[in-house]
Amino acid sequence: MPPRIQIISILICILLVAYVFELVRRKHLSEEYSMGWLVTGTLMLILSVSDHAIRWVSGLVGATLFTSTLFFFGLMFLMIICLHFSIRISALTQQLRTLTQHIGILDHEKKLLEKKTQRPRWETGTSNLEQL
Amino acid sequence: MNKTLIYETFKPQIQSKYEPTVIQRNDTAKTFSPQDPLTKPPKILIVIPAHNEEKNIGAVLKGIQKQSPGFPILVINDGSSDNTEKVALEHNAEVISLPYNSGYGIALQTGFLYAVKNDFSIVVQMDSDGQHDPADIKDLIEAVRMENCDVVIGSRFLSKDSYKSSLARHAGMLLFGGIASLLCGQKVTDPTSGFQALKGQAIEFAASDNYPPDYPDADFIILLNRCGFKVKEIPVTMHASPEKESMHHGHKTIYYVFKMFLSIFVTLLRRSTKR
Repeated sequence: MPPRIQIISILICILLVAYVFELVRRKHLSEEYSMGWLVTGTLMLILSVSDHAIRWVSGLVGATLFTSTLFFFGLMFLMIICLHFSIRISALTQQLRTLTQHIGILDHEKKLLEKKTQRPRWETGTSNLEQL
Repeated sequence: MNKTLIYETFKPQIQSKYEPTVIQRNDTAKTFSPQDPLTKPPKILIVIPAHNEEKNIGAVLKGIQKQSPGFPILVINDGSSDNTEKVALEHNAEVISLPYNSGYGIALQTGFLYAVKNDFSIVVQMDSDGQHDPADIKDLIEAVRMENCDVVIGSRFLSKDSYKSSLARHAGMLLFGGIASLLCGQKVTDPTSGFQALKGQAIEFAASDNYPPDYPDADFIILLNRCGFKVKEIPVTMHASPEKESMHHGHKTIYYVFKMFLSIFVTLLRRSTKR
């Protein structure tokens, strides 16, 4: 692999892993979602550092250029991460729908109860100032 | 003597008359209980999902109250930015307001959830734009009560009055109606109809996660059939929707066709859920 692309690749991977750790430390990223990025960054780092590993993987997938192997795996990891996000978003959307429906029903029941009961306490009671 | 008291007094006779009977429907069996709408006065709810319908909802509610007086009406205000909620309340309807616009299917399902929570035995769903004729509500209720079926769909194509729609829309209805007919083994002429009546377990089923979240269509009819529910169509009158863009219009058409094919395909792939 040409040394320039190897150095750039190593630097990007180190920066990515370090940045993900920093985000988790600052609690801007949860541990659950950092996993995919850390695994991707570490594996890409191994492929960039180790000449033996990139040769072996390139032979395995039939790539003639080592840089193609890096791009191929980088893209594959990103696709997996995106799919994982789509699954999570679908689950969150479903939860949001259920919450919306229940909030609507609860709000309706609250209004009915308010109608059934007397006027709110702050309307019938004495002034708070007098109680003090 | 009120109806509940009458039922309680004659409970033994009613129970012996309607001895639990096992009726084979598709490959599942259902036992008729004394709680069946045939023996007990049914609790009927009319559910109307509405989004920015202040102009039409008043007339729809008036029409229902004239044709079917006494039935509780529940309007699901689907995050409207106009006075839909106010108009519905002025016409003595119950109103559930969703905090934001969630879409037709979600709004409708909120009505089913409410019906399950409050033990309604029959739910009639209809649109808020005046497309559906309130005079047909009684027919839908009679059909779902008296006949051996769980869901009754009001079909505009079984009616003598010809319903005019765009060519693309008609082609879509024919295509998905044809697919639904083929897969259900019975004729389905109007799978997009939002004028339906559901009873008993079908309401619970629609309130569950099985319900399509955006707009229930042929896929839900196929799912109902696969889960052992009996679906029937009856003729109803439908008017052209006034001043409103259909949810199957424009760029949404492509998504609609794609979604429907995908939804039908995965419905067939799933193992049929027995109720």
